[in-house]
Amino acid sequence: MMNNSLGRKVSHPKPPFSGSESYRDKQRTRIPTKSQNAQPQFVTSLDRAFDLLHIRDHMTLSFHHHLRSGDFLINQVAELLIQKGISAIHLAPSSIFPQYLLGPLIDKGIVHHLYTSYLNGPLSQQIRSQKLKGDLIMQTHGGRARAIESGELQIDVAFLSCPVVDRQGNGSGAFGKSACGTLGYALSDMYYAKKVVLVTDTIVDRLDRFQFEGRYVDMVVQVPSIGDPKGIVSGTTRITRDPIGLKIATQTARILDHLGVIKEGFSMQTGAGGTSLATADQIRQLMLTQQVRGSFASGGITRHYVDMLKQGLFSKLYDVQCFDLQAVESYHQNENHIGISASKYGNPFEDHPIVNDLDVVILGATEIDIDFNVNVTTDSFGNIIGGSGGHADTAYGAKITVITSPLARARIPLIKEHVRTITTPGENIDILVTERGIAINPRRADLIDKLAGSPFNIRPIKDLMDLQHQISGIPHEILDGNHPVGYVEYRDGTIIDTLYCSR
Amino acid sequence: MNRSYLFVPGNNPSMIQNADVFGADAVIFDLEDSVHVNEKDNARSLVRDYLATHPVLPKKIVIRMNAMNTPFYEADLNHLLSDRIDAILLPKARRDDIVLLTNIMKQICSKKRLIKPINIIALVDLASSLLEVESIVAIDGVEGVLFGAEDFASDMEIKRSETGEEIFYPRARIACACKAYGIEAIDTPYTDVLNDEGLIQDAQKAQGLGMTGKAAIHPRQIEAIHTVFSPSKDQILWARKVLQALKEAKDKGLGVFSLDGKMIDKPIIERAKTIIHKAHIYGSVTHDE
Repeated sequence: MMNNSLGRKVSHPKPPFSGSESYRDKQRTRIPTKSQNAQPQFVTSLDRAFDLLHIRDHMTLSFHHHLRSGDFLINQVAELLIQKGISAIHLAPSSIFPQYLLGPLIDKGIVHHLYTSYLNGPLSQQIRSQKLKGDLIMQTHGGRARAIESGELQIDVAFLSCPVVDRQGNGSGAFGKSACGTLGYALSDMYYAKKVVLVTDTIVDRLDRFQFEGRYVDMVVQVPSIGDPKGIVSGTTRITRDPIGLKIATQTARILDHLGVIKEGFSMQTGAGGTSLATADQIRQLMLTQQVRGSFASGGITRHYVDMLKQGLFSKLYDVQCFDLQAVESYHQNENHIGISASKYGNPFEDHPIVNDLDVVILGATEIDIDFNVNVTTDSFGNIIGGSGGHADTAYGAKITVITSPLARARIPLIKEHVRTITTPGENIDILVTERGIAINPRRADLIDKLAGSPFNIRPIKDLMDLQHQISGIPHEILDGNHPVGYVEYRDGTIIDTLYCSR
Repeated sequence: MNRSYLFVPGNNPSMIQNADVFGADAVIFDLEDSVHVNEKDNARSLVRDYLATHPVLPKKIVIRMNAMNTPFYEADLNHLLSDRIDAILLPKARRDDIVLLTNIMKQICSKKRLIKPINIIALVDLASSLLEVESIVAIDGVEGVLFGAEDFASDMEIKRSETGEEIFYPRARIACACKAYGIEAIDTPYTDVLNDEGLIQDAQKAQGLGMTGKAAIHPRQIEAIHTVFSPSKDQILWARKVLQALKEAKDKGLGVFSLDGKMIDKPIIERAKTIIHKAHIYGSVTHDE
């Protein structure tokens, strides 16, 4: 057991986190990509695929989450694992939604290690109750790509849902009855998994544009349906009408304008939550007023960014995940709406990851502490309710990282002395915008100087914490148990924090 | 001098606890129209407890009580009158009601040993109230009149329009009466909360008639209201030039002087001073500098 540079205990054999720049001291390592001469075999059932691929104990199986909560594949594979009595499996889905029925696999001890970038739903309780035999490793999107290419996360079989596949085994998510848009999270799996299986409900003769390349594909499984379209696209990508969210959004856009961020050629990313979209909308209005054209927006893409692309406010969209049907359609039709891999997006060892070109990223937080460390992995009770996704990747890469959040949710204060779980280190967080004030990370003296004398209500982050404590009181701390059940892996493969069992 | 008065329903805890957040010059906690008859007691308790315990309160606190012809008003006053509040907004305000209210408030404030004076804002939303507005503004303790156009239009059996011609007369009459007594003339809220352009035009019309502020029914309306009811950049520049010219004239011992070819007399100087005074109060000087 040792402490990492943020003072968090690490008992995992992986190295402890020692700063977001530490990756620069390391060389990029890549295992060879899989055979590029694969001749895809077409089969008509997953059962048959299991037999042909000799799926057996101790294998690592991976999945992507582009079909989000509408995904049928991971549940079908889970059923087969139970039926066939396979055990000691390691699973590496890029995200886990509540609809993914992995609970029985954990209860029965079929799954040992679990690797993912986001986890929400009932699995949290099972994991915190020490039902998972191995470890939960929470990665970033870029970090997952890095782990796969380096061989740290060796995938035996990648089961990749694919809305359309052609006779050569090329695959696309751009159209079809289960269209989900870009398939960026799965490209590392395709390049480096020992076996690649595309699972589709639509086969066409030939695709002109595709992301999955047939030369890497070993097998295509045709099934009646790969997903429920209602669950594939998110229904929550609406600009908030909540006055608090709108105030935070307005303040965020104005402070960025004051800092001179919104200028010709600038680039940005926001989340797809209501406040993030409201911020993007405020920035859109400023861009129209000031006749500014940005270079690109990136990340999970919503119709709001599609509209900005159409309006000429951005030259390009770099998209790892389409959040709604308009984004899917735009990705299909508009050549400036470009699908990118998770590696190109945020792998620290890429020559030029997209996140490093971001001028600003606007992110959320479940908790932030007075050292600006951010938690988006656990709630204040210790339940796992999310994970980094691209949080730590973009926070590192962007020139300015802004956290937007109300000071309290359901009376639970946002700002803590110490966050329960560190997802993103405070050294990468620059500005916190809340409804009752704005805090600037003291590390960013340049921003503090630029904002001196401005009309913004800028206060030390501890003052904001104290203010909220006056309003809602200081909550009792809910303590974890002592036994580690998982680890938060920083994008460079070091351990930034440990997840513990519940008491 | 308050530009914006934000209505907050008295039975909505999440809105109450954030009442200070939006920068309204004044917040009106509503016990009347936005609170269902079954919720009146709940709303009183919520607002009272909030005012007693919340560490951050709005700059100015107004309580909209229930009208004097309802069974709720006495309980409203008994529960809510405290040193935390600045004014009571009386709906369906008639002269005699205000006189009665003033007496009742005096008794309760005395009984509670309150220190801070609590004023009255008259909500003029009846034709009969409008006809009494000149005597209403003359009552000691009345600090302003809020015009309620929706109820007024209902009382007059006239339709409200986007352009607001039908409320030209009450707006002008209220503004004039309030100006005569140096109190605030607060315009009716603009009800289309998503129409920013309409709000600005509506506020400009009210401001152009002499209204000094405007009620808001959604926080997103506050900024537009502040913009309309604050001195503009051009006005501040003009006022500065006038006062600079005044200073130079005084230095030279001149009684009258001109600026840009126009004679500057006392009313113009007073206007310039008012603009600069307002600009200081609203922070416009700092912002524009």
